[in-house]
Amino acid sequence: MAEEKAEGGLVFHPLDQFIVKPLFGDGPVHWYTVTNLTLWMALALLAIVGVFVLGSRGRAVIPTRLQSIGELIYGFIYKMVEDVCGKDGVRYFPYIMTLFLFILFSNYLALIPMSYSPTSMIAVTAILGFGVFFAVTILGFVKNGPAFLGLFWMSDAPAILRPIIAVIEVISYFVRPVSHSIRLAGNIMAGHAVLKVFAGFAALTLVSPVAIFGIVAIYGLEVLVCGIQAYVFTILTCVYLKDALHPAH
Amino acid sequence: MEGELAHIGAGLAAIGSGAAAIGVGTVAGNYLAGALRNPSAAAGQTATLFIGLAFAEALGIFAFLVSLLLMFAV
Repeated sequence: MAEEKAEGGLVFHPLDQFIVKPLFGDGPVHWYTVTNLTLWMALALLAIVGVFVLGSRGRAVIPTRLQSIGELIYGFIYKMVEDVCGKDGVRYFPYIMTLFLFILFSNYLALIPMSYSPTSMIAVTAILGFGVFFAVTILGFVKNGPAFLGLFWMSDAPAILRPIIAVIEVISYFVRPVSHSIRLAGNIMAGHAVLKVFAGFAALTLVSPVAIFGIVAIYGLEVLVCGIQAYVFTILTCVYLKDALHPAH
Repeated sequence: MEGELAHIGAGLAAIGSGAAAIGVGTVAGNYLAGALRNPSAAAGQTATLFIGLAFAEALGIFAFLVSLLLMFAV
């Protein structure tokens, strides 16, 4: 990917890292082709299984390090679901936990140099985002029936404004899955692209100390952003779920 | 010519990132101001803080995406 230019600068495109390539050999990418994207998603799943199955195997009263990591994550998400959605939202805790773990682990695995970040693909995050959207909408109608439409009807607004607010609410409801998925993909993609841009500057002798310091700083920021974005995706899922369970404002 | 205009447009779209920075700063600054006035209520509002940050930041990401599209897709 990176090739030496005559002046000594590295020539590579900051967005080259997001190209989906077949893992074995070259050729067209079909839906069944094993690509680098598939590999890193599988590694994320393996890491989750590793932490949670190996961690909980001992079932120690005094937890080992791995077990306490698992317990901390579990307790954190459980409390979040309970706080935001209420007691009846706890039934949907496994779904939210699954989303959080997948996003968190693929975000953090993507920070390994030369790795591929599955959550930077809009295709991946759109599946997650639209999955949440459809699940929540269907759940809202199943739980509340037509009363779910009360979500769009602000009964405490002035009567004249209510239809206008309803239109705006409907639009914002349908934009939710788009912003939900693009927020995650955009954040991860932007962070990784900035890292690669600084890496490009590092090849120039004059600015390389600054660029290397910049890479370290941006990497630290990315460690933060990865956690925050997984948290934000999960808490927004909880907020949408709360809307479906209790549509009355 | 069209490609050059697209690059200018990409640069203009980058202004959106600065605007998102203002938004994120407003959210975080107001949270901090409120939290210092009433520290006991601060812990309960961290979720709201992060939701607000996410909404403000998402628009900056959209601007970034628009400039990427202008640079490489149009």
